[in-house]
Amino acid sequence: MSDEEVARPAAPNTLEGTQPDGTPARGAHEPPEKDITDGGPDMVQFLDGEGRRVPVTEVSSPYAAYLDDLDDEALKGMLRDLILVRRFDAEGFALQRQGELGLWPSLLGQEAAQVGAGRAMRPQDYAFPGYREHGVAWCKGVPPENLLGMFRGVNHGGWDSGEHNFHLYTIVIGNQMLHGVGYAMGVQFDGDYATGDPERDTAVMAFTGDGGTAQGDYNEALVFAAVKNAPVVFFVQNNHWAISQPNDKQFTVPPYRRADGFGFPGVRVDGNDVIASYAVSRAALERARSGGGPTLIEAFTYRMGAHTTSDDPTKYRISAEVDIWKKKDPIDRMRKYLLAEGIVDDDWLAAVEEEADELARRIRHACQTMPDPPHEEMFTYVYAEQHRLVEREAAEFAAYQAGFEDEGER
Amino acid sequence: MTSTTTPGAAPAPTSTAQRTTIAKALNAGMRAAMERDPKVLLMGEDIGKLGGVFRITEGLQKDFGEDRVIDPPLAESGILGTAVGLALRGYRPVVEIQFDGFVYPAFDQIVSQVSKMHNRSLGKLKVPMVVRIPYGGGIGAVEHHSESNESYFAHTAGLRVVSVSTTDDAYWMMQQAIASDDPVIFYEPKRRYHERGVLDLGGGVPDLADAPHRLDEAVVRTEGSDVTVLTYGPMVKVALAAAQAAELEDGPSIEVVDLRSLSPMDTDTIEASVIRTGRCITLSEAPTFTSIHAEMAAWVQEHCFYHLEAPVLRVGGYNIPYPPSRHEEVFLPDLDRVLHAVDTVLNY
Ligand SMILES: Cc1ncc(C[n+]2csc(CCOP(=O)(O)OP(=O)(O)O)c2C)c(N)n1
Repeated sequence: MSDEEVARPAAPNTLEGTQPDGTPARGAHEPPEKDITDGGPDMVQFLDGEGRRVPVTEVSSPYAAYLDDLDDEALKGMLRDLILVRRFDAEGFALQRQGELGLWPSLLGQEAAQVGAGRAMRPQDYAFPGYREHGVAWCKGVPPENLLGMFRGVNHGGWDSGEHNFHLYTIVIGNQMLHGVGYAMGVQFDGDYATGDPERDTAVMAFTGDGGTAQGDYNEALVFAAVKNAPVVFFVQNNHWAISQPNDKQFTVPPYRRADGFGFPGVRVDGNDVIASYAVSRAALERARSGGGPTLIEAFTYRMGAHTTSDDPTKYRISAEVDIWKKKDPIDRMRKYLLAEGIVDDDWLAAVEEEADELARRIRHACQTMPDPPHEEMFTYVYAEQHRLVEREAAEFAAYQAGFEDEGER
Repeated sequence: MTSTTTPGAAPAPTSTAQRTTIAKALNAGMRAAMERDPKVLLMGEDIGKLGGVFRITEGLQKDFGEDRVIDPPLAESGILGTAVGLALRGYRPVVEIQFDGFVYPAFDQIVSQVSKMHNRSLGKLKVPMVVRIPYGGGIGAVEHHSESNESYFAHTAGLRVVSVSTTDDAYWMMQQAIASDDPVIFYEPKRRYHERGVLDLGGGVPDLADAPHRLDEAVVRTEGSDVTVLTYGPMVKVALAAAQAAELEDGPSIEVVDLRSLSPMDTDTIEASVIRTGRCITLSEAPTFTSIHAEMAAWVQEHCFYHLEAPVLRVGGYNIPYPPSRHEEVFLPDLDRVLHAVDTVLNY
């Protein structure tokens, strides 16, 4: 390669120098600048950035039938979810800035991926989230205020995972993928799949980010799922950044294509297109529930904000990139689509905005009035059964604290 | 819990006591637990047809099927992580780690997830599981096959850590560990697998209430008046041999306490013994630095200070990687090192 060649960057936002799916050309000495906003021809999409239905292609046709189920109410429900979840997220961000939360991982930009997946799940389906899956939690019925406790430092979870079939958030990247597979193996042992009974057949959906696909646990989960033919769907949200690390520092083959090597299908879906995310998730979940085995879904999306409130994305990414993704906004396009179809109107949208305001007030109030846990509780749930050391220390702690109270009274 | 045995058909009490090995007792304990509770399942590399590299699970897959005695892919984090999911689904997985030195790929799942899930859910979730680890040296193995890494897990709140030293304990503690709603790290002294003891296997499925000791109780294996040796697992036998040798030579009277449970430690039994004898030695194969030894010694000085006639001495592995097996003989504490320590505390 001559110096001249090295010095010449590819034109930005084109597919030059990339493979059809948008990843850098293999073997290139210096990966040319690439269009990370283009999911390539393998990506399942039904709504383009302008909210127009795109023609069904060979790639999207297996999923098109799932759109037939979507009546106007369901479509409106999806848009409502997107708007409310974004509002909840914005409130979480604001609460952190105001010192009410220690940290907030925003899902801004990923609403459609999550709402599509969440809406595709049935009540008996079990979700194993990372820490950014507020939209899935919402669809599974977890009261959003319950998600705040751990970010406020009140608890490490705070919702009853069995009640909503939505497991606690998992901070250690990758761990939960295996929990999902194990749970799915349990579903198999219980015979709660492939019976044909829609109330009974159960699937699991395990969520991680693009960075998580490098972890051992993630890869082990794929191996176990394949070998067991477990009823599990792996849902990778490729938001293009693992904190400061872009895709090309994380893999050379995009996540959906790796599924093939594990022995089950992988599909890339436009994660900013809620109906595509829904259709692909429905297909994968039904395949799992009916005994077809695992599927890997890569939702091609973008983290529009910072990684968390402690992050400073200006240090590692250019704003032009964010601007491009803003034009692909998942809410804008669904709104445009439903307005154009006459399924929603301005009055309906205004009512949802009002609902969002109300939700935000509720969240804020719940956060600010969340009681601190009694300190003795630190010792309460360490073991399920009596443990001498913990009991002894709890008693010593209580006695020590009581000493201060006596002093105060004197 | 559902039982797979016919109700009302209690076996006639017959004398079934027999001499058997720790290995067979562990197997019988797992079998009993599996018969008692259909949610108990076993997972581990090569545990099915082969019965595990130590044959501890021999015959179980034949009798309980491949869904209850599972040969998973060779990935320790995968095994532990899926066991978590199974436990969340209502199963009680018993995981075999093939050798002590191979638990590290699963370390993250154990300390980050298994140990904390009950706590993080404010008591709503339980992950009852047993992680069986054949541990310790003395079998002439290559590296990573002889370690005593119990301190890592005892240091982690939320885990129970136990180690057996007799056939009786192997049989009962295995069942108690499986029945526990807490995760239990179950250390099996691999070089004692084939040692025999008397065990009454009874007929049918035993009642756990008949177990001679609670899972978290220490046991005084032999009484003595001059010095207490606090030990567990493979070293119990060494301590007992030292006590016997001293007795035969009209030497000092050694009391041997088998901790059985490393977390929680039965500190009542420890304190009572040390207060009685006034001298204390800790004994295990583990390197002494920041170890179970260190905990025992610290506990004794903190709680028995006025009763001590001498400092607590630690007799353990040296603070080096487990050495090549040609060094084992001098690395592993033996009877002489115990007796030397006994002399030292007596002459203080
Ligand atoms: C095992 C582990 N290593 C490091 C971290 C710190 N960390 C938190 S999030 C993150 C990046 C995750 O990126 P990705 O999987 O793409 O998910 P995203 O946050 O973008 O949704 C890192 C390195 C962690 N939580 N767990």
